[in-house]
Amino acid sequence: MTAQLALSQLLNGLQLGVLLFLLAAGLTLVFGIMSFVNLAHGSLYMLGAYFGAAAFANTDSFTLAIIAAVGGAGLVGLLLDRFALTKLYARDHLDQVLATFGLILFFNELIRIIWGPSSIFIQVPKALDSTVDIAGITYPSYRLAIIAVGLAVAFGLYVLIQKTRVGMLIRAGATNANMVAALGVNIKWLNTLVFALGAALAGLAGVMAGPIVSVQPGMGEPVLILTLVVIIIGGLGSIRGAFFAALIVGVVDTLGRAFMPTLMRSLMERNAADAAGPALASMLIYLFMAVVLAVKPQGLFPANVAATR
Amino acid sequence: MSAMKPSSLWPVALQWRSPRTVAAVVIIALLAVLPMIAGALESSYYVSFATRVLIYALAAIGLNFILGFGGMVSLGHAMYVLLGAYAVAIPASHGVTSGFAHVTLAVAVCIPLAAGLGAVALRTSGIAFIMITLAFAQMLFFGAVSLKDYGGDDGLTVAARSTLGGLDLSNNTTLYYVAFVTVLVALYLSWRAVLSPFGLVLRATKSNPRRATALGHPIFRYQLTAYFASAVVCAIAGVLLANLTLFASPAYGAWTLSGELIVIVILGGLGTVFGPVVGAIILLALEEALPMLIEATLPDYKSNWMLLLGLFIFFVALLLKRGVFGSLPASAQSKRTEPGSP
Repeated sequence: MTAQLALSQLLNGLQLGVLLFLLAAGLTLVFGIMSFVNLAHGSLYMLGAYFGAAAFANTDSFTLAIIAAVGGAGLVGLLLDRFALTKLYARDHLDQVLATFGLILFFNELIRIIWGPSSIFIQVPKALDSTVDIAGITYPSYRLAIIAVGLAVAFGLYVLIQKTRVGMLIRAGATNANMVAALGVNIKWLNTLVFALGAALAGLAGVMAGPIVSVQPGMGEPVLILTLVVIIIGGLGSIRGAFFAALIVGVVDTLGRAFMPTLMRSLMERNAADAAGPALASMLIYLFMAVVLAVKPQGLFPANVAATR
Repeated sequence: MSAMKPSSLWPVALQWRSPRTVAAVVIIALLAVLPMIAGALESSYYVSFATRVLIYALAAIGLNFILGFGGMVSLGHAMYVLLGAYAVAIPASHGVTSGFAHVTLAVAVCIPLAAGLGAVALRTSGIAFIMITLAFAQMLFFGAVSLKDYGGDDGLTVAARSTLGGLDLSNNTTLYYVAFVTVLVALYLSWRAVLSPFGLVLRATKSNPRRATALGHPIFRYQLTAYFASAVVCAIAGVLLANLTLFASPAYGAWTLSGELIVIVILGGLGTVFGPVVGAIILLALEEALPMLIEATLPDYKSNWMLLLGLFIFFVALLLKRGVFGSLPASAQSKRTEPGSP
């Protein structure tokens, strides 16, 4: 029983982990190549969920919902990059944090105006509305599909970054953007591409998370903070680090929430444990991050010197 | 100083006829007589509103000390406000109403906490520092949520305001003046600290940490000292805030409040002593005025004023490099601004 519970929680952790990776990949790429801190990344995730919900409600096709979410979030990302954020890339992190903090408030309110303040629901697509038996447990196939898509995207990103010419330029841009520009590459175009790609991935994460979380204004912030933890633990600018850190954070957070209260109960009185367990579970990943930073200030997988300035 | 040509990094004596000083003095004078004006208008609401402005200003003065002068971008300073608020609410729920006890408790918890967290956080710099301070604030936030005996998620009401010697804090005007005097003291102390040798090294760590280290300054100790000094100021702001609202809630430690504090500092003018006061006045007045403004024009969207606030913050970050107060010339003669002046 406990082993089965542990397995299903582990899968839940993996599922959260791949969603976090989709967000963290964009954020860490943008940071690596433009040295830009985008707090509004969580808003793109929220927009993806809403675009997907709207498309799903109107067309009843989850494929179209995914296309709408990815395309919509990517387009918003492109517009943000072109018209709002370009000037901020050269500024210091403080201005970037402040501006994107303002954008969070803006997008939350915009969503509230368009779709109303209460949460909306996305149904699990019919084709995936079933369960699968794995090693003695029954597990929702939709969640398995999320894990599969997340891993596929991770592999796709690996191929894109490591094996293609565009990926080579992105890596070069993260190491020394000025030098890449001097070699005749249109670095602005590259920035826009990376930003839009990150936004599209955030939108994908949003629409995929839609059926399992409540889609509401402000849904991006808790996820954003988790994502920030991921990219810090993984090492800023490092996709590989983001991947492993996302899985670690997803699993640690989920298992902590599932087992910490029980664990605490064996250590202290029931009342105290019931209060301390959930709190400690919520704190676990932050503690983990603090320990990682205290031991390795650059994160577990530092990308390179230029990106960790 | 006299033998040396003053560069922008050197502290300068207060120039009484500079626009900045004049503005600061006028604002302080207005704040000093504000309860009388409000009393004449019989609108006690504005006294408690102004008290809130002063409390936010106090917290922002604390943050500005490390953000403006030390270059440490803490996105978690609301946690110390939260700490201060609970240092009032928890003893009060056990019948301890002495304000001195509340402040002592807040400071006594704050110093070791800030020193410990600061020591870990300062191992990092730049963006990682922003994130680790945010993470610590989230930890304290969830810690407060878990205090089921003390209200948990819903927060904890405070039965009555703290007793402070012979002062009757239940009177809104008295509380206002306590906050006012605290702000003045904090302003004076941060002004003196910034001009002191300590402040000089602190500002050196902001402009070039490597060079400051090369000159033989143990910059970690300076940064840590500044960090917990600023935390203590925020904790005292929390004590005042719990007294004003008669309420302590985990929401006081929400990361959005940390963000708002940064907005206040930038809005006022990064690296000016008096900037946080101006920033707090502008931001809170805006938060008060925007809903009214929208109600007058588009009543349907009254609750959506945050949209405009978000845009405002965005454009402040994009366009207002020196902040409102920081844009005023610091000297009566030239337009060059000096970070050491108020």
